[in-house]
Amino acid sequence: MPAMLEVEGLSFRYPESRRKAVSDFGLRVEEGEIVVLAGPSGCGKSTLLRAVNGLVPHMYSGDYSGDVRVAGRSVKATDMRELAQTVGFLFQNPENQIFMFSVERDVAFGLENLGVPRPEMRARVDEALRLLGVEPLAQRAPHELSDGQKQRVALAGVIAMRPKLVILDEPTSLLDPKTASELVGLVARLRKELGTTFLIVEHRLDLLVGVADRMVVMSEGRKVLDGTPADVLLGEEAEGYGVAVPSITRLQKALAREGLVSGSRVMTSAELAAAVEGPGGI
Amino acid sequence: MIEFEGVSFVHPTGVKALDGVTLKVGGGETVAVVGENGAGKTTLVKHVTGLLKPSKGRVLVDGVATTATTTAELSRKVGVAFQNPDHQLFSESVEAEMAFALRNFGFSEELVERRVAWGLELFGLTEYRASSPLVLSGGEKKRLTLACILAWDPQVVILDEPTVGQDALQKERLAETIRMLTSTGKTILVVSHDIEFLWPIQPRVVVMKSGKVVGDGRAAEVMAQKGLLESARVAQPQLVSFHGALRSRPTSPFVDPAEARRWIAGERR
Repeated sequence: MPAMLEVEGLSFRYPESRRKAVSDFGLRVEEGEIVVLAGPSGCGKSTLLRAVNGLVPHMYSGDYSGDVRVAGRSVKATDMRELAQTVGFLFQNPENQIFMFSVERDVAFGLENLGVPRPEMRARVDEALRLLGVEPLAQRAPHELSDGQKQRVALAGVIAMRPKLVILDEPTSLLDPKTASELVGLVARLRKELGTTFLIVEHRLDLLVGVADRMVVMSEGRKVLDGTPADVLLGEEAEGYGVAVPSITRLQKALAREGLVSGSRVMTSAELAAAVEGPGGI
Repeated sequence: MIEFEGVSFVHPTGVKALDGVTLKVGGGETVAVVGENGAGKTTLVKHVTGLLKPSKGRVLVDGVATTATTTAELSRKVGVAFQNPDHQLFSESVEAEMAFALRNFGFSEELVERRVAWGLELFGLTEYRASSPLVLSGGEKKRLTLACILAWDPQVVILDEPTVGQDALQKERLAETIRMLTSTGKTILVVSHDIEFLWPIQPRVVVMKSGKVVGDGRAAEVMAQKGLLESARVAQPQLVSFHGALRSRPTSPFVDPAEARRWIAGERR
């Protein structure tokens, strides 16, 4: 059975650039996985996302080699319209994708474009509004909403398309910490209820430690680390690649090196405090 | 340097964005403004720049009410890097963008040249000197707006969500820049959700909720008040939560992991 996402030996160079944005990149994501993609600015994350949703090579031309397959179908050989039914994309700024007069119309927008019959459209919009907890906002105008509400509405529009794979590009960067962790909670819920696969680019890794199955780190267009959040964040290499290792995890690592705490999991502040004062501790 | 005296602001839509804010920021202070989306943080900042005028109360910058001066005059004293850099970048090249305000303020060409070179170097943008600002990434645009402001050397520097789109290394550099500005006596206002970024800078922290100031004090005092933070939907820094969860602990929370590690090592002996 094919994986949900297979990237094989992908290289891509934009025409105006001398350097490859993505270089000999390989990645396999199974159905229902939540995978976080991290790395410094300019490491090729955005280009990789574009190669998954088809913007590369359909809208951005350049030197392309290797292959990307979503649910077994080659992205470069599938047109954007068809891909849009399999791959959903949530931008960093929800204002880039919500623009209709009401929340409900906005969530229905993609389905209307595909010519989905009305009763089915109704059912899918209602389900998406419910899953994202924005039913009470259905008749409101998107510009009246808070940033957190806008981001949920934008995600409802993506989910209404019932994509198998959803890409989130720094979805929490404009959200306050509580609203951001609620959004992360929704991602976990969508995976559980719909079996959706997620590929998430995010700098705020502390938020995602609890829900991500894997973290993949890119540097200069290449994949340099790939493992569980614990493998990546507790390992010695991540910081060298510019990954924002949370401060409490840096403390955990320092204490582990001195033999003061043990364990192969990424701990929360409270867990680390308990471990420090526990048996064998201070 | 900045004084809010019972300031309220009502949007034309009827929404009350500021509700009786009284706040004094002295020259040379570094102040972080935190609170959930929609708490009134950006509205507060726009009152300092004079872009918005209070519906009630008054705002003074360097002793002058913002209603008694022009935004052009204020901009010489107050530099602001907005949340969305696309709202303030418009020139043909990165270099021209930086030179624009300097020429407007009547700096000599020699000084313009020196300041531009300094700003580009400080923010790692020298290679883009001749490029259009539009080709820059989101994070680079944010650094460019900051470089533009620092080049004309305002007394007050306001940063609205400066860490959005910045990776770990750039955030560290930004924190360094803020420390550098603090050491040169600038008054700095940072609006940010990024509590983990703010914590090691140890600013004075102002907490906003529904247009009101609900907390104000040193970072260590404010960030230890769990109930206050929860009601304002502000996260507690991880090292403060860790400190709070220890049964025996030093009086002040740890500023960085190294300090925590040293204390734990000391306790073990």
